[in-house]
Amino acid sequence: MALNYDQAVAKYEPTLGLEVHVELNTKSKMFCSCATEFGGAPNTQTCPVCLGMPGALPVVNGRAIESSILIGLALNCSVAPFSRFARKNYFYPDMPKNFQTSQYDEPICVNGYLDIEIETDEGLKAFRVEIERVHMEEDTGKSLHVGGATGRIHGADYSLLDYNRAGIPLVEIVTKIVGGTGKYAPQVARAYVTELRDILRSLGVSDVKMEQGSMRCDVNLSLAPMGSGALGTRSETKNVNSLRSVERAVIGEVIRQSNRLESGERIVQETRHFLEESGQTRPGRSKEQAEDYRYFPEPDLVPVVPDSAWIEELRSTLPEKPSTRRARLQADWSVPDKEMTSLVNAGLLDVVEETIALGAEPTRARSWWLGEVSRLANEREVDPTTLITSAQVAEVIALIESGDLTDKLARQVVEGVIAGEGNPSAVIAQRGLKVVSDDGALMTAIEAAIASQPETAERIRGGNIPAAGALIGAVMKATGGQADAAKVRELLLKHLGQ
Amino acid sequence: MTTIRSTAAEMAAALAAGTTTSVELTNAHYAQIEKVDGAVHAFLHLDKEGALAQAEAVDAKRKSGTEMPPLAGVPLALKDLLTQKGVPTTCGSRMLEGWRPPYDSTVVSKLKAAGIVILGKTNMDEFAMGSSTENSAYGPTHNPWDLARIPGGSGGGSAAALAAFEAPLAIGSDTGGSIRQPAAVTGTVGVKPTYGGVSRYGLIAFSSSLDQAGPCARTVLDAALLHEVIAGHDERDSTSINAPVPQVVKAAKKLDVKGMKIGVVKELQGEGFQSGVLSRFHESLDALVSAGAELVEVSCPNFDYALAAYYLIAPSECSSNLARFDSMRYGIRVGDNGERSAEEVMKLTRHEGFGPEVKRRIILGTYALSSGYYDAYYGSAQKVRTLIMRDFNAAFAKVDVLVSPTAPTTAFKIGEQVDDPLAMYLNDIATIPVNLAGIGGMSVPCGLAAEDGLPVGFQIMSPAMRDDLMYQVGGTLEAALLSKWGAPILDKAPVLVGN
Repeated sequence: MALNYDQAVAKYEPTLGLEVHVELNTKSKMFCSCATEFGGAPNTQTCPVCLGMPGALPVVNGRAIESSILIGLALNCSVAPFSRFARKNYFYPDMPKNFQTSQYDEPICVNGYLDIEIETDEGLKAFRVEIERVHMEEDTGKSLHVGGATGRIHGADYSLLDYNRAGIPLVEIVTKIVGGTGKYAPQVARAYVTELRDILRSLGVSDVKMEQGSMRCDVNLSLAPMGSGALGTRSETKNVNSLRSVERAVIGEVIRQSNRLESGERIVQETRHFLEESGQTRPGRSKEQAEDYRYFPEPDLVPVVPDSAWIEELRSTLPEKPSTRRARLQADWSVPDKEMTSLVNAGLLDVVEETIALGAEPTRARSWWLGEVSRLANEREVDPTTLITSAQVAEVIALIESGDLTDKLARQVVEGVIAGEGNPSAVIAQRGLKVVSDDGALMTAIEAAIASQPETAERIRGGNIPAAGALIGAVMKATGGQADAAKVRELLLKHLGQ
Repeated sequence: MTTIRSTAAEMAAALAAGTTTSVELTNAHYAQIEKVDGAVHAFLHLDKEGALAQAEAVDAKRKSGTEMPPLAGVPLALKDLLTQKGVPTTCGSRMLEGWRPPYDSTVVSKLKAAGIVILGKTNMDEFAMGSSTENSAYGPTHNPWDLARIPGGSGGGSAAALAAFEAPLAIGSDTGGSIRQPAAVTGTVGVKPTYGGVSRYGLIAFSSSLDQAGPCARTVLDAALLHEVIAGHDERDSTSINAPVPQVVKAAKKLDVKGMKIGVVKELQGEGFQSGVLSRFHESLDALVSAGAELVEVSCPNFDYALAAYYLIAPSECSSNLARFDSMRYGIRVGDNGERSAEEVMKLTRHEGFGPEVKRRIILGTYALSSGYYDAYYGSAQKVRTLIMRDFNAAFAKVDVLVSPTAPTTAFKIGEQVDDPLAMYLNDIATIPVNLAGIGGMSVPCGLAAEDGLPVGFQIMSPAMRDDLMYQVGGTLEAALLSKWGAPILDKAPVLVGN
């Protein structure tokens, strides 16, 4: 019998390690002045330096160093007084120089931590994730392998290379071993990446869009028999491109590894790829015959030696911490702890704040995002924020508040927006979802209801108010649910002399 | 009257006086190249069209009365590892056959801005790896003193072009002696500036922490004039030094070493050095003493490990620097028949594109950097490097400059050392410490060895960013020897006749 997740975590203790790559949003690349905008025509944002032309030399982008230091400070790291770039040597067609210029054993920031909160069976629980290092590196180009079954280089008919991404500054944030999570490993992983994303966004150093790849997460996971205190062999799962996927990748790996261990097989230390559709992972290249990257200090660059006064100046510019911001918003909106945590962990804080800023009443904004929108997102297995914008939700809420939509109609409008039928107003027009508030139209329906149930009407005339329910129901049915029930009630009673 | 045998300074003066034009000078040098380069093979590519266009532009500008930079209109030969936009740049390798760089190196930009006329690209050992120019994929260059002999390397083409009067000025690059040793064996002047003194942007890297472009000429003053054109801070090269360029032209004109302390490096003479080389070296020391300098014997014990450290550091860096030659973006591509994978095509290209010495060094460096060996090889070599720097620092606390013979022998015969890489590597034993320490070094002709009648070089080493000191000593020595000989050393070289 294969173990399910609950059975797996009852027998095995997971240990996590998270490596997050973040593309910095500097205007120019890490080592040259080429533009970094996303989506340019292939190979239009290149120069001799980022194409690795013979003779070209790198020069470090000062803004990238500043951003890296800010990230380190926000993650409670110490900033190294001396750090260096190294060359990571390996051959791949999308690597212009066939080495990646990356910090290696002398990173710019080390030894920090990030505090997160997760929901547990016993309520909210704080958890500290320790940060090993923050280091700078350059991104590679992008390969598109055409033909062949797998979309991988082997078996492809030909490959297209786009070097626009080559040399985009990346920061890699690596945690220390994260143990002691027990069955909450998936929640811890997600909460960590969410919190990290919020911090990076508040610093303004990256777009942190996981779908566009400006933030990417590698999940390292190993299992050890419960109580053994040992560390198992880990796998490294790449291609984890949403907060939800972070959680699913951990669950998927816990289940896969536990079942291998159960059947007496060993875990192979390898890179695996997360499969968005199934939530499972497939093997990538094995690290057991580990490639030897032959790291050595990059001789074309001088060491990074940030001035301590500059570091302190940067520290003084750090924005409000997301945890402080959360406390402030929670108080402003009067949200209970549990709901606040749900909002944060669902990654909905920003959209809810935006929705409220657009005029929506806080309780409605929260309940729409956390309720209907999240439900639809779960059905579709996507992030809620990819389905609908804050402005659209705010528009729907405004229509509810003005009485133009009932909750029931509003749900249909949201469904229409998500189905791609346009903005709420367009959906309402197309689907004809307006609340029937025209007295004339309602009166016609009311008179028809009275005509079809004369005895009930008589009882109401005689003072039996509760009997009105049957006639109101009939009117609602006749108007396809688009009437405002309160209004129908008012008109009906008045018409019958009550 | 100005001829191709004039110095660059004389040509510059004639141009300024209007007694010659840049077009005239350029054509005269092309005529000489036409005449002798079939035998010498100093050039890999001539850019007549570009050179004459530059010469015409300089002449026109001068005619209009515009004040021109000192060397405007003077021709120059460029080592084929500096990029020049649109002009073939091969590094002496098949790998880059047909490649035309899309950009100018900083050195070339400065040459162009100074109105210097670039005649063409000179031959070299493939990717600057060698001491004889025999490792060029395009055939060896021949020493104008004896066509059966090597002109040194890797910059044999630039040195031979000067000695054969195909150009009055040249640019070389020096990683372990590639400017100075060719200068020594061809009777010319070659200077490796302080590391970071001349931008490496556009200099195709062999070993990034050692490579340095520098001036080659027939006189110390000409080298100084060219030095001041190409030196200076460049924001495109992070290792470029942001400080004023030492005043080398002024120093070259001083012709005075009174009171200067000159350190003679004990470890760079004796065993392995040809007797004729040592006797010319000692005569030169006497000449400097006569000019008022004080000699001090200096010991630099760690120089004994310099060659070993160099042959770990340089190959390590080259194994990484040369990884980019994979046929994906430029250069030749071998075996791409639509069936083979990218990896197979890379392999075939690198197999055919690189020569044996380059492959030898890539393999050496790959090994030295590999996991488990890094500390023992690359790590130890870096420590030796630090010790050599300390030797220099201790020496420069006592003396102004250090001196030694540039190369242990005079030019050997083509083919003589091809099968013995270790013997070949020993040619650079006296020049390598300078690169490891990042300081300045110069080779000045100091006569002919009695046993073979071939030129000998005198090396002067100066502290970092004190390049002026070696020019001062070099200029003084050159003047003393010239007055002794009565004529420039190259007057003793056989006159090359065309076929």
